[in-house]
Order: sequence, then structure tokens, then C-alpha cells
Amino acid sequence: MKEESIIIALTGNPNSGKTTIFNNLTGTRQHVGNWPGVTVEKKEGTVVHNGYRLRVVDLPGTYSLTAYSIEEIVARRFLVDEKPDVVVDIVDASNLERNLYLATQLIELGVKLILVLNMADVAQSRGHQIDAVSLGKLLGVPVIFTVGTKNVGIKDLLDRVVEVVEDRDTVSRHIHISYGHELEKEIKNIQDVIWQDPSIGERFSTRWLAVKLLENDTAVQERVNSFGEIGKQILAQAEASRERLTEFYHDDPEMILTDQRYGFISGALKEVLKVTGKTKIDLSRQVDLILTNRILGFPIFIFFIWAMFQVTFTLGAYPMEWIDAGVSWLGAIMTGLMPPGLVRDLLIDGVIAGVGSVVIFLPNIMLLFFCIALFEDTGYLARAAFIMDRVMHLIGLHGKSFIPLLMGFGCNAPAIMAARTLESERDRILTILINPLMSCSARLPVYVLLAGTFFGASAGNVIFSIYGLGIALAITMGKLFRVTLFRGDTAPFVMELPPYRVPTLKSLLIHMWDRSKIFLKKMGGVILVGSILIWFLGAFPRHLEVPANYGGDKGTTSDIQAKEVTSESSEQMDESPELKAAEKGEGQAEALATLSQSYLGRLGQIIQPVFAPLGFDWRTSVAVVTGFVAKEIVVSTLGVLYAAGTDVNEESEALRLSLRGSGMTPLGAYTLMAFVLIYVPCLATVAVISRETNSWKWAAFSIVYSLALAWVVSFLIYQGGKLLGLGA
Amino acid sequence: MIIPLSELREGERGVIARVNGKGRFRKRLQEMGFIKGAEVFVEKYAPLRDPIELVLKGYHVSLRVEEAAQIMMEKLENS
Repeated sequence: MKEESIIIALTGNPNSGKTTIFNNLTGTRQHVGNWPGVTVEKKEGTVVHNGYRLRVVDLPGTYSLTAYSIEEIVARRFLVDEKPDVVVDIVDASNLERNLYLATQLIELGVKLILVLNMADVAQSRGHQIDAVSLGKLLGVPVIFTVGTKNVGIKDLLDRVVEVVEDRDTVSRHIHISYGHELEKEIKNIQDVIWQDPSIGERFSTRWLAVKLLENDTAVQERVNSFGEIGKQILAQAEASRERLTEFYHDDPEMILTDQRYGFISGALKEVLKVTGKTKIDLSRQVDLILTNRILGFPIFIFFIWAMFQVTFTLGAYPMEWIDAGVSWLGAIMTGLMPPGLVRDLLIDGVIAGVGSVVIFLPNIMLLFFCIALFEDTGYLARAAFIMDRVMHLIGLHGKSFIPLLMGFGCNAPAIMAARTLESERDRILTILINPLMSCSARLPVYVLLAGTFFGASAGNVIFSIYGLGIALAITMGKLFRVTLFRGDTAPFVMELPPYRVPTLKSLLIHMWDRSKIFLKKMGGVILVGSILIWFLGAFPRHLEVPANYGGDKGTTSDIQAKEVTSESSEQMDESPELKAAEKGEGQAEALATLSQSYLGRLGQIIQPVFAPLGFDWRTSVAVVTGFVAKEIVVSTLGVLYAAGTDVNEESEALRLSLRGSGMTPLGAYTLMAFVLIYVPCLATVAVISRETNSWKWAAFSIVYSLALAWVVSFLIYQGGKLLGLGA
Repeated sequence: MIIPLSELREGERGVIARVNGKGRFRKRLQEMGFIKGAEVFVEKYAPLRDPIELVLKGYHVSLRVEEAAQIMMEKLENS
């Protein structure tokens, strides 16, 4: 027998434990995606219960259902248009008053509702006694208790869902929150007009429509306007009613409505909530007095951030090495197994090296998201935003932007994903756009090479100044975007500071894995295509006399290592000419020839005039082009082009010598460093931007603006420096 | 005496007399429970003196000082 399908929508305030309930309901049978057209995360899962197949949709956490934030619009649209069979409102039992505000709106919407008083244990320990039966009667909805973190009450919830769907439940009835004589009169007036067209009442709750029109809700106004002639009449009546009420109350009707809802809630709570006995010492408050202390707050914050960095990048370095070795090993195995030729090159230098260059970030990403999940689930993230908001507000950003920006110094790809913790879409996109200006660790080898070569003892200061330049540009661009692209009033910083909680390992792991999975799936595809493309440009057209394998030297550092492994193992087993050449160190000239004649090399030469005002020669231009895939590749490309050998790194003396001998000046080197700092960090970052903003437009914008900015800043540095006589 | 919320000091409390400002900002504050007659306790100021942490209707919430200046309070004595 096939189960009958039911759609359940989970709603609730942020910090009400909604995600934990969702995880308990659906376990690992989850699907994470985005709501169509917006960057809000959409989670779905299924659970089978009593012969029903329940499709659970986790709506974004909201405090209300007015159409002010994207989250609210998304949640409301789903409730109104998709008409889920049951709506489950997760409520923080220890914070009933504010949490019930959303419930009043759901009741008004006329959905089939179940009220879940979550964190019942916390409420009890605070001496809150809640009479669930009376509350259910007052609100006309079934009320149950749960403790999400201990998996208590979940089965009860599922039973109730089935009861409500089968209409067996005895509590559910439709109640009206009474708004008092004046408001009720106008609600009735509007409803009278609406009822002239009975088809409207079949699709929407007429009372809800009337209330929303009194609240001047633009989304509902637009909807009503689409009803045609009757819609215009409704809107006219609503406008007249609003005017009358505004005159009567000397205030906007929406304010009065909000007041009345809170009035209804506090009336209900007087009957069902008893706070008994002395409440225990509020441990969370004591902890907070230390963590956001005026003197200790910042040092502790810095320590936590430092610890997160250490875990992500120091601890993460070990698995990264293993993955790197694994990829090289795989490349070497393939080299041994397959006959030399195009297919082998494509597989090894394109596919394996390309995918390897993405997978290598996975340990970083997983560890970083574990740390962020820890901050988020314990409640510390809100405190970090609280502490940092003063500083971030100077750039027009929210306190929560700080962590993504800081993580950018490690790697921009996960850092941009960390911007998900920002609630306002505007803040999120702004944070994402300036994130690449935080100089990631992949750019460091380029700085080390160039600064070490041209600035000797003061290399450290020079590199530091590049990081400073990035931060200064981020501040400037942040302000610039704020007054151009993201104008308009900023959302108020009304941020809840939830009590500190001990998170469950399960929810931390699910949190971490959700993000990591997205990274692997989506990035993998884009990077694969990109790597193959760059490989193709570097390897074609093929020169008959030149072994083709060198075309792939711009691949990644790992494929260079792959070659080392191969050349060691090839002594007794392989006769392929290019490996012998590599052993003898004669391959460099040929590699240079291949690369300079490849499409990539030609491209570098073609675009060289664009870079001429920045003092870049054609070789530097090619290096900059290959750096689009990943910044560390700039070093290996420079190695090939300046004929210092394929096997270079930022410390290699040979490359330094040939760079110095090439006519590059310290000013030119500094200009190149600045350019590398500013322009598109890497293919992975572009892919993440596109994914996180849910649009190719922002990714394209990021590429264009960063290239333009890089060119302008580099031009100013180079030409300005020459004017000051630094060009020698 | 009616004063802006931003002039209350740490550990002081008051009752909301009026929420100024308009549109989205004012509505959002109201939905979060900043309504006339609600009691607000000033828990603390952030280390850089902005934002403010408040206790309202039994939960903790933060507001920027410029935003708190829009909320007019009746200060409660002996708090």
C-alpha cells in the first residue's frame, strides 16, 4: 500500500530550536537547497508515520509574518500559496510572550496549526508552569511539549499531525483575535467588499486579507490589485478604513493591531502561565557577563577567533596533505597505467588535478563550518556580532559580517559561505562582494616570491602593506556599494541574544555536513569544467616536436608534484620522452615554447597591451591569466615563463635570480602584488559567489569590478610610483 | 520624566511611553515586543558603548544606540 502524502510546514522564531526539531523529525533524510529566486536556504525532509508519508518543509525562522524581510516573504508565500496540510509552530516555552506573536499571525492566516512548546525543560527549570490544555483552548490549537535536544515529544508531535490531518483532533477550532470595536468595524467593512466576489474567500481567509490591508501590507495590496475591478474596490475601501482609523487613534493602524495582538497574548498568559518559586541563578547571564565584559570581551573574542583559525588551517593542513598526496598518487598511477597522449593529459592535468584542487579545501571547509556551527548553536555568534557591531557599522555592515570577512584571510570560498549567518540579504551580498579583498592564504606564495626577490629585508613590511591595502579597499568599496548599489534604510539592528546553550553533536555534524555537501556538489562541477578549459588553452594548439605534457604545468601545484613522483618512479619503468627530458632538466625550454605558443600564451600576448600601463610584460600577463584558476598557480607559471624550471616554489633561488634579471623593478613587483591581491581570487570563489547569491549576475559583477579595481589601483601605483621616481 | 532609552544607564529600567521613527523600523520594533507599556531593563552596553543589550518580555535583545534613542521611556526609580 502506498502511503498518503502530507505536507507539513515548520515555522517558528529564530532560536526556538526549530532546526533541532526538524533534524529529529527527518534525521538524515534531508534535502538542502534554496528557495526559488532568493538566497534563503530551504530544507526539506521526509518521515513515514502511521501510514502517512510526511514531507516536512522547514520555513525560515521569523519573528513575524509581515512582508518586511526576505525570510518572512518566503515563509508567508509558502503558507498562502502552497497551502501545507499542517503548520507546526515551534515556540520557545521559556520565552512564550514574544514567540506567541507569530502564532497569532498564523491563527489569523487560518492555517491548520499545531503549537509546539519546545525547550520545555528550560521553561520548567526557570519555574515557568504552563497550562497547555488551557492555552490550547484559548488559541483553538493543539499544544504539545517537546525537548528537541533530548528527542522528547517528537512521536507525540507526529501523532498529533496525523490526528489534525484526519480531523480527529478535538481542540482545533477557528478563533478570532478581537481587535476592539473600531478595528473590527473596519475589518467588517473591508470583508463586505471582498465577499462580493465569493471566489476570493475560497482561496484566502477574508479576515486575514482585511487585516493585512489595514496594515498597509504592500505584498497583499499587489495581490488584491490583481483581482481586477473588485480588487480596486477592496483597495479603495481599505484606504478609507485606514484613514478613518488613523484619525481615530492618532497612529498607524498597523501599530494598533500589533498592540492588540500583544494585548491578546498577555491576557492569555495571565491564565495559563504561572511563574513559581525562586528562579535559579541565570547561568547564561553569568557567562555572558564575562564573555561580553567591557575589558575581557575583546580578548576572549580574539582568542576564540584565533582558535578557530588554528583549528581550520593548522589542523586542516594535515588532511590537506593527505589529499594532496592522494591526488598525486592517483595521477602517478594513471600515468603508469595509460599510454601517453591527449586522453591521459586531459585526465591527469585537467580532471584529476582540477578536481583535486577543489577537494583539497574540503578539510578546511568542514572544520570551519564545524566551528561556526559551534558558535551559532551555543549562542556566541550573536555576542560576537554584539561586540563587533560598532566597528562593522562604520563600514555600513552588520556585526555578524566580521566572521566571514576574517575567514577570508584563510580562504575566501568557505568565508563567503559563512556569510549565510547574516539575516539581511543586502548585508549578505555586500559582505560577499568585499570578501575577496581579504587576502587569502593562496595569495601569500606570490607575495613571498615577489617581496622576497625585490625587497630583501623589508619583505615582511611590504607584504603587510599589501594586506593593509586589501582591508582599506574593502572598507572603501563597502562604503561605495552601500551608497550606490545597496541604498535605502538599513534594517534595524534588533538582534536577539539567545541564552547560551550546549549544542548537540548531532546538530553540529548535520550543520557542518549540509554546507560541505553543497560545496562538493556544486563547486565540483564548475571547477571541473574550468580546469579542463584552462588545461585545453594551455595544451593547444599542440606543437609536434614539443612533448605536450608541459602544457599542463599551469595546472596546479599538485600536478607538479605528481610529476615529481612520476619521474622518480619512472626510472625503471617508463620510457616516455618527456619524463626523461624532465630528469635531465631540459624540458624547460620546451615547456616555455609550448606555453608561449598555446592559446593561453597567445592570449597573454594579446592582452599584454592592456597590462602595459601597469608595467607587466607578456609573461606576467600570462601568469595573471592562469592565476584566475587559483592564485598559487601564478608562481608556477612564472617559473615556466621565466625559464627557471617547472619545479619552482616561492622560495626557489633560481626563479628569484631570473626575475631580477628580467627587468622587473621593485615598483613593478609591488604593482603585480597589488594586482594579484585585488583581482578575482580564484575559480572556486567565483563559483561560490554565484552559488551563495543564487545568481550568475553577482558572480559576473564580482569578476568585472575586481578586475577594474585591480587595474585602476595597479595603474595608480605603477604610474604614481614612476612619477615619484621609484621606477628604477 | 520621559527620556530616550539611550539615556538609561546599565542596570536601570523603564516603561515604554512611545516608539518614534516610522515604517519598517517602527513596525519591526513593535513586533519584537517594544510596545507601549512594556518594561525594559538595560542589561549592559557593549564594550565599545554601542549597541545596548536590553531585557524585554523575558528575553535579551540588542539595539544600536541611535535606534534606542527613538524609544521614549518613563524611567522607573529605585531600579
